[in-house]
Amino acid sequence: MIKAWFKSGTPWVWLNAAAVSTCLIMVVGVLGLIVVRGVGHFWPAQVVQFSYQEPGGAVQTIIGEHVDSSITPAAMAKSTGYIMADDEDTLVQYLIKTGNRDITGADFRWILERNIQQQQTPAELMVVERREWGNFYGQLLAVKESGKIIAEGDQAWPVAQARIDQALAIFKEIAHLEKKEVGAINYSLEQLRLEQKRLQLNNRWDAAAEQRLAAEKAELEIDYNKYQTQLSELYRQIRRDSLVAKTEGGKEIEIPVAKVVRVFQPNTMSRFDKVWHYGVKLVEFLTDDPREANTEGGIFPAIFGTVMMVIMMSIIVTPFGVIAAVYLREYAKQGFITRLIRIAVNNLAGVPSIVYGVFGLGFFVYILGGNIDQLFFPEAAPAPVYGTPGLLWASITLALLTLPVVIVSTEEGLARIPKSIREGSLALGATKLETLWLTVLPMASPAMMTGLILAVARAAGEVAPLMLVGVVKMAPTLPLDGNYPFLHLDRKFMHLGFHIYDVGFQSPNVEAARPLVYATSLLLVLVIVGLNLSAILIRNHLREKYRALEG
Amino acid sequence: MTDQHVRTHAIDVSSVLRDQKKTGEPNETCIKVENLNLFYAEKQALHNVNMEMPKKKVTAYIGPSGCGKSTLLRCINRMNDLVDKVTIEGKVLLDDENIYDKSVNVAALRRRVGMVFQKPNPFPKSIFENVTYGLRIQGINDKRVLEETVENALRGAALWDEVKDRLNDNALGLSGGQQQRLVIARAIAIEPEVLLLDEPASALDPISTLKIEELINELKEKYTIVIVTHNMQQAARVSDYTAFMYMGELIEMGTTSELFTNPQKKQTEDYITGRYG
Repeated sequence: MIKAWFKSGTPWVWLNAAAVSTCLIMVVGVLGLIVVRGVGHFWPAQVVQFSYQEPGGAVQTIIGEHVDSSITPAAMAKSTGYIMADDEDTLVQYLIKTGNRDITGADFRWILERNIQQQQTPAELMVVERREWGNFYGQLLAVKESGKIIAEGDQAWPVAQARIDQALAIFKEIAHLEKKEVGAINYSLEQLRLEQKRLQLNNRWDAAAEQRLAAEKAELEIDYNKYQTQLSELYRQIRRDSLVAKTEGGKEIEIPVAKVVRVFQPNTMSRFDKVWHYGVKLVEFLTDDPREANTEGGIFPAIFGTVMMVIMMSIIVTPFGVIAAVYLREYAKQGFITRLIRIAVNNLAGVPSIVYGVFGLGFFVYILGGNIDQLFFPEAAPAPVYGTPGLLWASITLALLTLPVVIVSTEEGLARIPKSIREGSLALGATKLETLWLTVLPMASPAMMTGLILAVARAAGEVAPLMLVGVVKMAPTLPLDGNYPFLHLDRKFMHLGFHIYDVGFQSPNVEAARPLVYATSLLLVLVIVGLNLSAILIRNHLREKYRALEG
Repeated sequence: MTDQHVRTHAIDVSSVLRDQKKTGEPNETCIKVENLNLFYAEKQALHNVNMEMPKKKVTAYIGPSGCGKSTLLRCINRMNDLVDKVTIEGKVLLDDENIYDKSVNVAALRRRVGMVFQKPNPFPKSIFENVTYGLRIQGINDKRVLEETVENALRGAALWDEVKDRLNDNALGLSGGQQQRLVIARAIAIEPEVLLLDEPASALDPISTLKIEELINELKEKYTIVIVTHNMQQAARVSDYTAFMYMGELIEMGTTSELFTNPQKKQTEDYITGRYG
């Protein structure tokens, strides 16, 4: 009976099905975890006011968001030093995000459930998202203008909202002026300084040049001063107002409006308000710069850096890989040496990526970049231009890393082009080059795209080598901006993968950053999926066009 | 084997001369093969072949599989150059010019000697692009010239009426017979002098085969045609001259009617009467 069952192959089918299901469950599990943890982060949670009394202590008030709970069996709790009553089976603890780091020194606090006397969600509790010191939880008392109270009690809330909106508009203007206008002037001034030095190095520094540069500099200075006065006026305006708020401990503090990102009262928000809030936070996450050591704000520079780096990598790796594959397959004499090269290429794909990072740093950055600096940018010395990690070197290092994939799949694609097609082209008087260019390469393009898809998938998720050749925790400028020559390949950049590592494990406030790690992971996955999908779409289009191979 | 060698040298081309007497007009030689030997690595595939193919006539190569008829055909446009480790000795003269001379530009030669393969091999491009492929390589991009050539070539290949409304469709959407005529159109679009047909109908159904055969009859007005075929009826139907090959040697060549009705060699007779091959 059993024997017949084994012979029928049914167990084998079950085994196969089980393997597939396990894979599926794992993939879905990973994505599910990331989605659930990451997506919830932006939802405004209720702010709870606890009356908390530790045994033998006075009653305290604790205000905060409930973040996490932990349940410990009594025996285990006892062994870690908790005093447990006989009728208690478990020890329940809550993790509360209490904020107010500037006052209490910590954002989070574990409290014991049994010590909670009372728990309420008063409507007047507000959350202030600040540019420094994290969130503030408490009660709004008054709004001040130039140190004088202008609204108190019930009127304080609408006035505060209006003042904050005003301040945000000013803040936006300041950011624009500082980043765009003043940034451009600084960039131009730096270029002038470099030009002066270059002329001096070339012994062409004469009165005419000096005069010209001085004139240009003066012009920039005038602009600069103009912006400076504008800026100081704006700063004066934005610093005028402040909020007075009461903390959980009853302490009154003053929060300058300039430091406020937004205030809200989550306990009074309707479902619609919450959805709106969620959307705003999500947009901020996707389009804003990070703040507070990357634990708050957005991750736009990291998204931009990742996509930019992958695109640069694709631009570099595709021609290289395709040309190498064409030579290996079409021109090189097949024999021992080509076999050896193929083995070497295949083995390159197995080299740990950090090794590529080390190579990139040692060869590209120090040797190549160093020499480029000496040859072309002597005026910048001792500051390096290309002799330091940057976008270009990161892209090239990853291109090197993914080169084997592109070579192998292009070669396979070339090998699959039927001989009859090549002969047909040659018989019409085409040379080998024309045949390659007009017929073989277009027909092999889906295979090249497959190679590129694999390359993108690998490169976008790679972090280790990037840490050596160009990625930084915080890049002040994007590699693409409005200053000539617009694309700055020498700049360092931010990357989603490194951002996850940095936020999750290097930030001073790991607890606060944890949801961000999930959100960023989700985004990284989405970016990679997006990049891959676009490549796959292009490939399918090409396949449709050149579907001779199946015929 | 020595016996065969003697016979190869004593090829009887008298029938060609006799035909000349019959029609009264001299046959101009287009392609002349002299002492051609071909080796694939160590293996000799052609043994000292000598033959002449007259201009604007159809010459058919018949013989059993592996006898070297395709190899001989591919010598005429130097397609064998692509094969690894091939050695070719002897001469192939096209209009008295040795195409194996070092100074010959192979691409230019192939423009003069078009070729159609056993399996239709259209490029995965539009019908229009397929026909204009050869012209574009020559740098002809004038739209009017291209359109005119496409129409003429497709008419020449008896395909125009079937595809004139969908010239921009992918050529791979055509039927096998249409694809083969498209490939012929592609070959005649560059106006070669010679057309080499390597079993052009062997992958086609009987009706498509008939169309191709009719086409060959029309094409010989303008082109010298050399056709390799497995099918002796086909050779009898379409060709003016027939060459019988066996084991890499040319056994006998003559006018088609002579060779089929009155073969000079016993091997030829055995083959055409179906006793072997």
